[in-house]
Amino acid sequence: MIKFRAYKLLQTAEGKVPLDVSFDLEKGQLLSLYGKSGAGKTTALRILAGLTTAERSFIEVDNELWDDSENKKHIIVQKRSIGFVFQDYALFPNLTVKENLEYALQKNEDKKIINELLELMELEQLKKSKPFNLSGGQQQRVALARAIARKPKILLLDEPLSALDEEMRFKLQDYILKAHQYYKLTTILVSHHLPEIFRLADIVIHLDKGKIVKQGKPGEVFSEQKLSSKFKVTGEIIEIKKADIVYIISVLSANNIIKVIATEDEINDLKVGQKILVASKAFNPLIQRIFE
Amino acid sequence: MIDLDPLWLTFKLALIVTMILFLIAVPLAYWLAYSKSRFKTIAEVIVTLPLVLPPSVLGFYLLIAFSPENIFGKFLDHYFNLRLVFTFQGLIIASVIYSLPFMVNPILAGLKNLPASLKEASFTFGKSRFTTLTKILLPNIRASLLTGIVMTFAHTIGEFGVVLMVGGSIPKETRVVSIALYDEVESMNYHNANIYALILFVFTFLILLGVYLVNNRNHKTSLL
Repeated sequence: MIKFRAYKLLQTAEGKVPLDVSFDLEKGQLLSLYGKSGAGKTTALRILAGLTTAERSFIEVDNELWDDSENKKHIIVQKRSIGFVFQDYALFPNLTVKENLEYALQKNEDKKIINELLELMELEQLKKSKPFNLSGGQQQRVALARAIARKPKILLLDEPLSALDEEMRFKLQDYILKAHQYYKLTTILVSHHLPEIFRLADIVIHLDKGKIVKQGKPGEVFSEQKLSSKFKVTGEIIEIKKADIVYIISVLSANNIIKVIATEDEINDLKVGQKILVASKAFNPLIQRIFE
Repeated sequence: MIDLDPLWLTFKLALIVTMILFLIAVPLAYWLAYSKSRFKTIAEVIVTLPLVLPPSVLGFYLLIAFSPENIFGKFLDHYFNLRLVFTFQGLIIASVIYSLPFMVNPILAGLKNLPASLKEASFTFGKSRFTTLTKILLPNIRASLLTGIVMTFAHTIGEFGVVLMVGGSIPKETRVVSIALYDEVESMNYHNANIYALILFVFTFLILLGVYLVNNRNHKTSLL
């Protein structure tokens, strides 16, 4: 169980903006922090990690007090059980893949997990390579494996997939899910990529200018009404075409183009370029605009 | 035939100064690279000062400070029985100060060029600042360390003004190659001066050639 409260003045392009965020997170859940750049997602993550200090903060993780500014308590980053995946991966260039993972281990910790992780992340072939010989996707897998190696209480991912193309993103989301489920990690993912959030997150917090705008399940946060549905896909409208009495909407989701039939009533509100949610209950797909 | 003592003395001086400076410069560069202290800017200026100050100015101040006539010199003389004027020990201290920027600046530039996330990542694994410095930061700025070491060594070999001011020209004590060369020229002994000059020239050329070859090769492999 994680309790997080933080207040800090952010320096942004639009002047000083107060970051004021609080949330509770159950063990084993995957929370996504969503918002535009400058909304304070990364700063919140860094405060939790102890890499940035806040003016006011209260952080408790599994009944361990990490931060309590009122009582002047602050645990340094080295003493917090975290795994942090940086946006630029921060792999150590002087160490091989395997050595990078081993560096993350604590004193007297069992090295068994290293081989297990190399296998889980399909990195065995690469274990003797240096990071600069790896592709972006491979580097990301190493960074993820390394962050998990010490079995942290929380795994923190700072837009880990933003530098990758769509196809690679999709594959790596699988690795994140796999690791999250296998090690039952409590995970916080900073992302501004909707399909990723829908796929990975149990809960999402939408931040704007330092404030929480909305929070809840991804489906609740990004669409107006609650739906109970069998499957859902999010994407962007790339074309709306009239065909006889109905309309055909082409939706780009990841790399797929999905065609959905819509009635005139349904398309009234829709335009090319909008993000929508397509959900299906048994036969008829429901189409709904996503409000960011 | 030329006197070989100045060669040996120069080499000994450069080696000792380089070793002392390496030990001083690494923590100093770390502090300058990451500290948020208000005094950092002043410290940076002081470190770089010997680079622009005429060596004779620095040598003059050191001569005054080290002199047993004055407070600092008297203190050293009285409590440590240490004379720094016209002695080899004095040369070492003067050279350490004089060559400080040649060791600190490359290491500082190397540390500043590393992404901050490397240090932070190491911290998230519970590693101390010392472990992070020795296992992660220093191995990743090997080229800068090599540059610092070699530049300091070569610069100490080539110094003249500071040495002359603080050390004078005492055989086997403070008479380094550059001073010996000057003495030979003054006594119109051009043949010996020529030999000293050529030795210094070839030696420093080879050192620099070595550094550039190594650093260029490192650069290529890191791009692969």
